[in-house]
Amino acid sequence: MSSEEILSRVKKATVEKLGVKEEEVVESASFQDDLGADSLDIVELLMAFEDEFGLTVPDEDAGQIVTVGDAVKYIGGKLAATA
Amino acid sequence: MSFDFEPSGRVVVTGIGAVTPLGTGVDVFWPRMIKGESGVGPITLMDASEYSTRIAAEVKDFNPEDWLEKKDARRIDRFIAFSVAAAKMALDDACFAPTGELAEQVGVLIGSGIGGLTFLGEQHRRQIEGGPGKVSPFLVPYMIPDMASGYTSIQFGLKGPNNCVVTACSTGANAIGDAYHIVKRGDAVAMLAGGSEAPINELGIGGFCAARTMSQRNDDPLHASRPFDKDRDGFVIAEGAGVLVLEDYEFAKKRGAKIYGEVAGYGMSGDAYHITSQDPEGDGARRSMLMALKRAGITAAQLDYVNAHGTSTPMNDPTETMAIKRAFGEDAYKIPISSTKSMIGHMLGAAGAVESIICLLAMRDGIIPPTVNHEHPDEGCDLDYVPNVARKKDLNWVLSNSFGFGGHNVSLVLKKI
Repeated sequence: MSSEEILSRVKKATVEKLGVKEEEVVESASFQDDLGADSLDIVELLMAFEDEFGLTVPDEDAGQIVTVGDAVKYIGGKLAATA
Repeated sequence: MSFDFEPSGRVVVTGIGAVTPLGTGVDVFWPRMIKGESGVGPITLMDASEYSTRIAAEVKDFNPEDWLEKKDARRIDRFIAFSVAAAKMALDDACFAPTGELAEQVGVLIGSGIGGLTFLGEQHRRQIEGGPGKVSPFLVPYMIPDMASGYTSIQFGLKGPNNCVVTACSTGANAIGDAYHIVKRGDAVAMLAGGSEAPINELGIGGFCAARTMSQRNDDPLHASRPFDKDRDGFVIAEGAGVLVLEDYEFAKKRGAKIYGEVAGYGMSGDAYHITSQDPEGDGARRSMLMALKRAGITAAQLDYVNAHGTSTPMNDPTETMAIKRAFGEDAYKIPISSTKSMIGHMLGAAGAVESIICLLAMRDGIIPPTVNHEHPDEGCDLDYVPNVARKKDLNWVLSNSFGFGGHNVSLVLKKI
């Protein structure tokens, strides 16, 4: 899957879960600082990514995902490893 | 102004807000209730085709996005959203938006009989189907009944006492009574009090179907809730919320608030009889009514109206009638009694709150809402139930009954001032 496609699907899930506008969901945006997510929202969002991409995000990896770009990179890496 | 206020010991209602099956907002539902309209219809919130009861009184005009930010509106359990909406309407009605030190003197006590059962059911299904990793982090906060109070306090920045009552179908009345005591003793200058319920989901309908307590008049929903009528066959489940602003009388007067009435008496008792059945002698109900009268300092002869618990179950209506007769003696026959559940169904933990609001509106307008679908008198039900048509009457003292599974009995006396 291309990173453009990953980004587009991450954006879609983020817009739905956090109730933010699509144009706000840029790669540099921090889920907590820029998109208004609290700790529970982050857990819900990671679960949405798991469903969207058919993968598992272990708790110990969750800390790596701070920005939208981090999520795209992490998911890309996971998908490549399982491909 | 310092908020080391001296409590006056009198508590008044200065704002009301309701989400009901006859509409969201007091100005929407009240005229319809006076006309005797019914909010009962086929269940649409879930697929009820396999259930023995397939009718309910659903709230039809409610959009969570009108009341909550988008992120929460999308996922939050309905009972919390109802609570926020009713609270917002009550605060606006009271022209009350406390901030700073005053906000520390304003609390919230909005109960729920069940809490977030819809969310619980959905998450349980996710866990069964996908394993523990699929359970939402919002399960616990959206399921617990106290989140109506907690979430509402966050929405409006109310930092006074924050509490919750869970006493099944007497929740709303208990919440008002307990909040009344909080204000009366000076632990808060004002409280948002009431109840919220959203039980129309697979587990809620399944559970009440199994308990054989709901009407099965599925082909005739408008006539299914028929309290005190010979052909009643159970209650009609409903959803919604009612929230009242209770305020210290002197404080309310000082800020020029409009006053709907005074909370004058709060009576409560336990049946200590059975988990779901009422004491067939109605002794607990009798004692709660008498306690409320005593605390209000009045006799039954002074009561102008009783809003009955009146569920339309075979058991409640004659038992409540007997309890009223035992409590009030011969005066019982002279007091108009109606069950507004005939129109809005049984809102469980919200019922007592919405029915208190109805009592205040009845006093304000001098009109008693009817008991609709009252066609055939029943042997054990021989009081004046204000059948089918609203009745004009000047009301100064009214009493509202609420009884709940577990044997909780609550009576509130409200007074016009």
